[in-house]
Amino acid sequence: MKKHNNLLSGIFIFLVLLFVYAPIFSLVLFSFNANRSLTTWGGFSFEWYGELFRSREIMNAVVWTFIIAILATIISVIVGTFAAIGLSKNKKLFRNVVINLNNIPIVNPEIVTAIGLLLLFQSLKLQGGYGTMLLAHIAFCTPYVIITVYPKVKSLDPSLIEAAQDLGATPMRAIYYAVFPQIKVAIFAAAAIAFTMSFDDFVISYFTAGSTGTNISIYLYTLKRGIPPTINALSTIMILVVTIVVTLNFILTRKQYKEV
Amino acid sequence: MFHGPLQTSVREKRKVKVKPYTFLGIPYYVLLSSLIIIPLLLIIVYAVTIQEQGLYYKFTLIYFRQFFNEHEFVKVMADSIVLALMTTLICLFIGYPLAYFITKRKPITQAILVLLITAPMWVNMLIRTVAWKQIFDMINPRLLGTDFAIIVGMVYVFLPFMVLPIYTVLSKIDPLLYEASADLGGSNLKTFRKVTLPLSISGVLSGITMVLLPAATTMVIPRYLGQNRVLIGTLIERKFYDSGNWGYGAAIAIILSLIIMVMVLFTKKLDRNKEVERDEKA
Repeated sequence: MKKHNNLLSGIFIFLVLLFVYAPIFSLVLFSFNANRSLTTWGGFSFEWYGELFRSREIMNAVVWTFIIAILATIISVIVGTFAAIGLSKNKKLFRNVVINLNNIPIVNPEIVTAIGLLLLFQSLKLQGGYGTMLLAHIAFCTPYVIITVYPKVKSLDPSLIEAAQDLGATPMRAIYYAVFPQIKVAIFAAAAIAFTMSFDDFVISYFTAGSTGTNISIYLYTLKRGIPPTINALSTIMILVVTIVVTLNFILTRKQYKEV
Repeated sequence: MFHGPLQTSVREKRKVKVKPYTFLGIPYYVLLSSLIIIPLLLIIVYAVTIQEQGLYYKFTLIYFRQFFNEHEFVKVMADSIVLALMTTLICLFIGYPLAYFITKRKPITQAILVLLITAPMWVNMLIRTVAWKQIFDMINPRLLGTDFAIIVGMVYVFLPFMVLPIYTVLSKIDPLLYEASADLGGSNLKTFRKVTLPLSISGVLSGITMVLLPAATTMVIPRYLGQNRVLIGTLIERKFYDSGNWGYGAAIAIILSLIIMVMVLFTKKLDRNKEVERDEKA
């Protein structure tokens, strides 16, 4: 009976995985297609990869996606981490108010956050571009940093900093030596979340980048004449990178499990 | 004599010690007020004011009235919510059993399966949607533009948001509880109904919120799989980009937020009811 159930659940899991990976497989397959069609196979070729790297427009979008994601991650992690440490020393009422306000962009539909920022930049007469896009990304990444790092900071012993200072450390050194090592994992997790949120963002970027800013998502959304196979090539490279990162991460965390 | 001053100096020192840390949050408070709170207030201001004779702004509810009078728009809103609800239900019916079956496997298999289910989330959402467009082009292009295609795309993109929270709560249930239930004569179905389901309801509810919210507001999926069909996200986009009627766009965004807020509060309420029920029984 148990075996029977196992088989059925195995089939179910397999079907879901098929549903999840069939489109990705077809995306990758047609990136190697010799003709322009995305639906009929015309032989194997690397043509689209060459074209991808020659396309200034796509490369520009890719580079800016990275620049914005890296800057937004660094800034939001620094701002968010310091705020999390500061918050833990504040009064309870103040903390609760801040945490609730912090959750607004997380529970609000993205499009609402996006038009709010658009209206703000417009009222300030700020021309839409990479500057406003970066500000917007910092604005939606930082709340995620806070909800990741703050619980960890709160779980620390509050006398830790005091002890460090009693031993003669300046406030900054106390944070650096007594607090950071203990919240390091949470900070890395927050950075990973912030980076992917920024890297994959479409709606907020689209509304705040004006007519000059672009990234991968905006490029795809504003393509006029359908999707060229170069996009399949780009996707394949991104899927490859993601697979490598995820696999490495899995192997590393697996080792950790074993040590524990 | 000597005792007093020393004590005060210690106290002063302590004050200085705690204070500097509360300043660490200042950059964030600036960010929070300028980039999160003020934009929200601006949406409200834009939605309820109208410019008259150059510089004067007047309070108005005309945009809200206009919206409810344009049946086409109300229908777009209703369609978006119905599609999002159907997506959420399908995600639940696929995601719950999936999460449940995964927890029955060996720990290492569980880790791999969860990884396989969530890995596509790291690939740009537009690209994943484009992938489905290509599949539909291959199988039957006539399906593009139908509710079916849109729902398939949304289930595809948002399924991990349903599986993850449910898996997290299910994997925390002590297996001894299942044994205890079986020992007390509970059938598989009864164990599921009396043990598994009540203990996993919080995961189900957060999964519902996490799917419903983005599904109701997506602009990307109707564009590629709906053949440029207008859903509520697209409608707001058009108010901003094509017609430049920002006050109207802001008003629609507020209506949308309110509807979603009510739906989220409703799901939260369900959770609380369950807890009360449990408490009463205990």
